[in-house]
Amino acid sequence: MDTSWILAHLDELGLRTIQHLGLAFLAVGSGFVLSMGLSVLAVRVRPALAPIIALSGILYTIPSLALFAALVPVTGLSILTAEVPLVLYTLLIFVRNIVAGLDGVPGDVLEAADAMGYSRRTRLLSVELPLALPLIVAGLRLASVSTIGLVTISGILGDRFGGLGFFIFEGYRHAFPTEILAGAVPSAVLALSVDRLLVGAGARLTPWSVGSVAR
Amino acid sequence: MSVVTATVAWLTDPAQWSGAGAIPQRLLEHIGLSAVSLLIAVAIALPAGLAIGHTRRGKVVAASLTNIGRAIPSLAVIGIVLPITAAIDPQLGFKVYPTLVAMVILAIPPILVNTEAGIAGVDRDLVESARAMGMRETQVLISVEIPVALSVILAGVRSAATQIVATMTLGAIFGSGGLGRFLVEGIAQNDDGKIFGGVVLVAGLALLTEAAFVTIERAAAWRGREHPGTNRRAAASVPT
Repeated sequence: MDTSWILAHLDELGLRTIQHLGLAFLAVGSGFVLSMGLSVLAVRVRPALAPIIALSGILYTIPSLALFAALVPVTGLSILTAEVPLVLYTLLIFVRNIVAGLDGVPGDVLEAADAMGYSRRTRLLSVELPLALPLIVAGLRLASVSTIGLVTISGILGDRFGGLGFFIFEGYRHAFPTEILAGAVPSAVLALSVDRLLVGAGARLTPWSVGSVAR
Repeated sequence: MSVVTATVAWLTDPAQWSGAGAIPQRLLEHIGLSAVSLLIAVAIALPAGLAIGHTRRGKVVAASLTNIGRAIPSLAVIGIVLPITAAIDPQLGFKVYPTLVAMVILAIPPILVNTEAGIAGVDRDLVESARAMGMRETQVLISVEIPVALSVILAGVRSAATQIVATMTLGAIFGSGGLGRFLVEGIAQNDDGKIFGGVVLVAGLALLTEAAFVTIERAAAWRGREHPGTNRRAAASVPT
């Protein structure tokens, strides 16, 4: 370990951490919005569910390195090449969890809401989504952790991407273990802390579901 | 030249099919490294899962270790292991061992979770009647619990195998062999045919692995179809 190198590069480590979180946040956010639309569509138009799940399932099995590589001829070494795979990987996790959450709302509750004169929109927003929250938060946690891991691999696209993964790639090129560790250890810590953070947030958001660990 | 014609041209080029660094060699490296990692992971996770599921002890420890194992990015594992193995063996420790360790760590959670859940989910009445018939604990495990939980255990191994085959591509960044080399070289050389040819090969191998394990599971399920009380629980996989 070369502590002087780390001390001399604290600024860069900070910037790369911010980039890491930024790339992950953008992907998880876009993936969530897209999945919410797809899930509501799938719940209302049942036949749409199977193809949506099948398609996102196929995308999910393509290795990330392959997906990043496959986009290079199409979108070049742009931010799209880094973000599109990250977004696509969140779809399966989100759609599965949101649909399961919405499906889990008891029929009696829906009927009661209808009887009280809720419109379809208000029923979705103030009855169905809150009740689906535990599963949605579980999906958010899974998607966030896996995206943070995948951001490191986007470093294959060059110096402008990768977040903390940049140091792993560059450290390997220079055969410099300190730099590899300076990328690897913080990205592992980042993934674990976000995981813990979302477990806490989930328990706080849905205090009624304590103990019923949903995945 | 369009991407499709470039890919077909690359895949059908005879030069890609023989010699050092060609498709057959990379394919064998990929399968070999995957098989070794899977075997090591099974050797660690299977006995542990059986013990935890049977004794119902250590479940919390296993669950938290599993969660940590799932959360840590594979690339980070490679990065953390590399300086250590490189210090031990400058050649293989720099190129092959880090990927191997990362793949083993990747594969342990699904096998461990499914084995533990499968064994713990076996109908208690069944286990108790086996004990009442005078079976010893090892007999209960081998002749009752494992056969009943077999399909769940195999589902965990399948999940681990497909994740390994897909994630093994990362090793190519660090100079280990395998099909990932075509992706890394394709990006570096700006060669679309090589990139997409690599993508086709990796995705094909991942799908074949999945199909092979599904066939094994079907055969096992058919043989074990008389066993009641199976509690099926698929492992949640994580994209690689």
